[in-house]
Amino acid sequence: MPDLGRYALEVSLAYGLSAVLILGLVVLSVARAARVARALDRAEARRNG
Amino acid sequence: MSLWSYANPVRFMGATRPLVPILGAVAGVCLVLGLAWGFFFTPDDYRQGSTVKIIYLHVPAALMAINAWFMMLVASLVWLVRRHHVSALAARAAAPVGLTMTLIALVTGAVWGQPMWGTWWAWDPRLTAFLILFLFYLGYIALWEAVEEPDAAADLTSVLCLVGSVFAVLSRYAVNFWNQGLHQGASLSLDAETNVADVFYYPLLVCIAGFVALFGALVLLRTRTEIRARRLHVLRLRERMADA
Amino acid sequence: MIRLVTRDLALAVRAGGGFGLGLAFFLVVTVLVPFGVGPEAAILGPIAPGILWIGALLACLLSLDRVFALDREDGALDLLATAPLPMEGIALAKAAAHWLSTGLPLSLAAAPLGVLLSLPWPGHLWLALSLLMGTPALSLIGTFGAALTVGLRRGGPLLSLLVLPLYVPTLVFGADVARRGAAGLDPATPLALLGAVTLGCLAGLPFAAAAALRVSIR
Repeated sequence: MPDLGRYALEVSLAYGLSAVLILGLVVLSVARAARVARALDRAEARRNG
Repeated sequence: MSLWSYANPVRFMGATRPLVPILGAVAGVCLVLGLAWGFFFTPDDYRQGSTVKIIYLHVPAALMAINAWFMMLVASLVWLVRRHHVSALAARAAAPVGLTMTLIALVTGAVWGQPMWGTWWAWDPRLTAFLILFLFYLGYIALWEAVEEPDAAADLTSVLCLVGSVFAVLSRYAVNFWNQGLHQGASLSLDAETNVADVFYYPLLVCIAGFVALFGALVLLRTRTEIRARRLHVLRLRERMADA
Repeated sequence: MIRLVTRDLALAVRAGGGFGLGLAFFLVVTVLVPFGVGPEAAILGPIAPGILWIGALLACLLSLDRVFALDREDGALDLLATAPLPMEGIALAKAAAHWLSTGLPLSLAAAPLGVLLSLPWPGHLWLALSLLMGTPALSLIGTFGAALTVGLRRGGPLLSLLVLPLYVPTLVFGADVARRGAAGLDPATPLALLGAVTLGCLAGLPFAAAAALRVSIR
């Protein structure tokens, strides 16, 4: 861990909040992609089967 | 074979299937590498102390926030002129990513501004312009959600994107006129005189590459989701018609 | 086209048309401000131009959702769409009617209301002038926003979200004219820019509004 000096709180806050936002967006996107893909597979199966 | 052939959803899906994990991996590697480089192995700035490390998040996020809107503008134009559905859906898919990037730029900027300018927020032209951009993203996404008929939604949001772009640029210069800024000039430009020092520059470039790849991966993934959702919608309509 | 404007004006002035509503809203907002920030003239004077501009802008917003909604409900909009008048003309006429029924009275009412907020003297004239020049842009932008949201069931809140960010340049220049005028500075530069914004809106937005209308009534 590097020595962040007196601004440790600010720097870690910036990195932490950004990480939360980016990971949140990625998780939401991936989850929705998986959900829609599953639903579509089921619908295609109903249609063909 | 031209770029337009990817306007066919099937071809688009086929071509982008391997791209998403590749871009995602590139984004992950670049971000981890760049941010770790910046965080652990760059010196503190003699005036800003360790807060200079925030630049590795702030600058790429701000860059992508504007470029995402620009990409939406191009995609909207393509939809209005050539009526390719993939294009409209790509614009829709990019909006939440752009919104998040804007939010990251605003948040990291506020956190940096607190120790450096002594305030979380100032009505500086750049900051204000970003806040307005944030509102434009919100309005654009809200309009997509509100219109039920998919083609009408694509048309209306595209028109909004065009008009919004004009007004976003206009607002940028209007707020310039309205208040003098605290914000420093551009961190990056092609004429090297104003650039940041090399120690900060190279990790920053890696981070920017990471953000670009992340943006690409997310937009492709979300576009693929939108295409599937559209197909699902059509299939459900057909089922209901068959039942009736 | 002129007949469309006069018809809309007649509808607006008639009872329940919302003609007085915008003005009353403007008055109430202006009266409420001193309760919020305190009655001292030293505080009220400098912020009066901005407050009055924001009040006028919100009052404009209030009547926007009626621009097309009523015509859509009773089918008049579909009739208009089949009329020989191009859609751009309809959008322009609607914006003109909206301006005549809200923007114009608001601009005229602003100067007397400036007295309530202890606006320094020459500021009244500049305020009225800037509103006269700026409110057409507000009506045009608003008509575009209304055209985007006619087809929606809950268009009202969405309309505000879409239109308010678009109001930023007009508000910046307009309020600056009034502020500089009140402070005795030369307001020529923002005045010219405000005029440019309004003319730009006049030139471009009827086309955008018409495009949105065509989609909305498809």
